[in-house]
Amino acid sequence: MERAIILAASAIGAGLAMIAGIGPGIGQGYAAGKAAEAVGRQPEAQGTILRTMLIGCGVAESTGIYGLVVALLLLFANPLIGLL
Amino acid sequence: MSGIEVTGPKIMFEIPILGGITITETVVWSWCIIGVVFLLCLVLTHKLEKVPVKKTQQIAEKLVITMDSLVESSMGKNHMGYVPYIMALFTMSLFGSLISLLGLRPVTADINTTMSWAILTFLLIQFNGIKNKGIKGYLKGFVEPIPLLLPINIISEFSTPLSMGFRHFGNIAAGTIITSLVYGALAGLSSMVFGGLQIPVFQAGLPAVLSLYFDLFTAGLQAFIFCMLTMVFIANNDS
Repeated sequence: MERAIILAASAIGAGLAMIAGIGPGIGQGYAAGKAAEAVGRQPEAQGTILRTMLIGCGVAESTGIYGLVVALLLLFANPLIGLL
Repeated sequence: MSGIEVTGPKIMFEIPILGGITITETVVWSWCIIGVVFLLCLVLTHKLEKVPVKKTQQIAEKLVITMDSLVESSMGKNHMGYVPYIMALFTMSLFGSLISLLGLRPVTADINTTMSWAILTFLLIQFNGIKNKGIKGYLKGFVEPIPLLLPINIISEFSTPLSMGFRHFGNIAAGTIITSLVYGALAGLSSMVFGGLQIPVFQAGLPAVLSLYFDLFTAGLQAFIFCMLTMVFIANNDS
């Protein structure tokens, strides 16, 4: 019984953890939009803008990745079951 | 169910010293990649000439020049000593992720790999900070702008390698998991349509597209981002 509750709660928790994907989604979309604007204004700097945008997207991604790591832990390497 | 399993890297064998050191897939494939890269270096730099006529030497020169200009543009001329490290990191990361095209488990889908690279980078960041500012200036950097921020500064220093390692691991591992889940779902769909017969029809198209994105694009992008962040963070500690 306890095990079932923990498993169910872990599944729900993994789903909730992936709500963290909203933030990076908005942030990366914003960055891409701004990069498109910048390319429209200055097409000759496209290479630099693309590189900067990719790094920015990579950094913005990290909060989403934290959520993903938590979800993966809950699903595949659950530490809570060991506490029973 | 239909043969999908999401696990960590499998243990291949065990070395019976010090209470048994387990050798996982990651370690074995890492050493294979190291061997391949070593052979590649030997082939590309075989019999160098002053005026390159051979294709191999031209490729090698192009690679080195590209990495040189990348490091120079993002770290400055006084950090050219970091080119070999960045190049090694990039090659290892790229090959380690691209190995999944051969059906093997990517080396970078193991958090031990990416975290060890991140810790190396962290040590280099601190080393560069101490070298450029001196021990006193380096320690003083932690209590700026006000001493109250000391714990936050220390935490932010340690969160750098954490986020770098997790980012690379998360991207590659998520790609592996999503691809295997979609593959398993399509296998279930085709066995349902053909009434239990295992005829792989639906697995033909979609996984290829997914693999193009997750294996090729993400692998290249994550290798590039990891190297760029390494360079930016090391050079950031200059002044």
